[in-house]
Amino acid sequence: MNERLIRILLESFPKILLPGLTMTIPLTVISFSLALVIAVVTAIVQFANVKVLKQIARFYIWVVRGTPLLVQLYVIFYGLPNLGIMLAPFPSAVLVFSINEGAYCAETIRAALESVPRGQLEAGYCVGMSYMQIMRRILLPQAMRTAFPSLSNNLISMVKDTSLAANITVMEMFMVTQRIASRYYEHLALYIEVALIYLLFCTVLTRLQSWGEKKLSSYGAV
Amino acid sequence: MAMLEIKNIHKAFDGLSVLKGVSLSVEKGDVVAILGKSGSGKTTLLRCINFLETADDGELVFDGETVHLHNASKKDIARIRKKTAFVFQNYNLFRNKTALQNVTEGLIVARKMPRAEAEALGMKMLEKVGMADKAASYPSQLSGGQQQRVAIARGLATDPEIILFDEPTSALDPELTGEVLSVMRQLAREGMTMLVVTHEMNFAKNVSSKVVFMEDGVILEESKPEDFFRQPKQERSRAFLRTILGEEASPKQEETV
Repeated sequence: MNERLIRILLESFPKILLPGLTMTIPLTVISFSLALVIAVVTAIVQFANVKVLKQIARFYIWVVRGTPLLVQLYVIFYGLPNLGIMLAPFPSAVLVFSINEGAYCAETIRAALESVPRGQLEAGYCVGMSYMQIMRRILLPQAMRTAFPSLSNNLISMVKDTSLAANITVMEMFMVTQRIASRYYEHLALYIEVALIYLLFCTVLTRLQSWGEKKLSSYGAV
Repeated sequence: MAMLEIKNIHKAFDGLSVLKGVSLSVEKGDVVAILGKSGSGKTTLLRCINFLETADDGELVFDGETVHLHNASKKDIARIRKKTAFVFQNYNLFRNKTALQNVTEGLIVARKMPRAEAEALGMKMLEKVGMADKAASYPSQLSGGQQQRVAIARGLATDPEIILFDEPTSALDPELTGEVLSVMRQLAREGMTMLVVTHEMNFAKNVSSKVVFMEDGVILEESKPEDFFRQPKQERSRAFLRTILGEEASPKQEETV
């Protein structure tokens, strides 16, 4: 490796990391939090068999999971202006990522809810609790514990998926890297560099996941 | 007047008739043992009383108040459930709650009892079933017998008028049934009204005040335990006793009560 390349890599490192901290991570955290809210509601509506809402939930999941994330980004950012709806890049990205991720997480949470034995619900009824009380205090906590590893998986995927936001002009890590790369004509080195930064982020998350799993324990089970 | 009267319950699952007009009356302080082969409808009967299953037809008269089982309102269901407690075959303790929290959950959440008061009551109930020292344990850290005793404490805490037991010892290893049965015996002595679906013939014989024998979705015989075990009226009751007591002759089972 020549000196020039080393200098470029060193100089670009903070320039790439900074949008990682100020864009990629906020985009991920905000979108994933919203996704979880959407997912819990969508999962409960299906699990509890709420009429009409359940059909809406199934339709939502069907559409979102059946279309590419990149296309969804284009529809919202480049398509909606045709209807007179203009959204800034960052809100567009949050909207698409949370709706997209919400559909996947909903299925994870629904499956986890269904894995909770029916007796837990019946026992709740027998001590006089209402369905929503049982859901909030008994079923959902157990389901979220079961879903935790899968949801962590989804979160890790999402960190990497945010690179797609470069396509709708969000100045996140990958976009910044592309610019630096084309200025210096060092595509291989710089794309590997940004890949390593994504890897770093995901490594931290993986560590957090195993810490979280231990912390949550399994209610006394080792 | 009977405390609880069940009138003409009918229930079918997917066209298969499980209860074909069951009527039963329970006096305050009664310990009714419901016996019968599996599939005879005993458990379904119990579950219909507590609305865990919706009966197709039939009525419940509880403290003089009549509730139709098929189209009871949410309010009626809540009122009946408030007066009853249910002990499940597989305990069904809340897995994300400690033993104490299992007992207090319903008090705090459903009955709006202040936490401190609920915890004091919860500890008293756990003491009663000999589980106070395990108050902070999660269900997964307890044996089956211990879990079932916590489940009984959970039922007792809501001060029910009647406790419905659905084969409370059937999921337990034989050496663990004794601790649960002795708690139930103690409750019976204290005058608790109990409806017990069981395969424990010794419990039925020695503790119950009435034996109900079910087969194919109907009650075939209703007798005092001494009469039922000495001279059952029905040929089918006799056949049932022959099979069951034949099995029970193993020494392990006799120790349990």
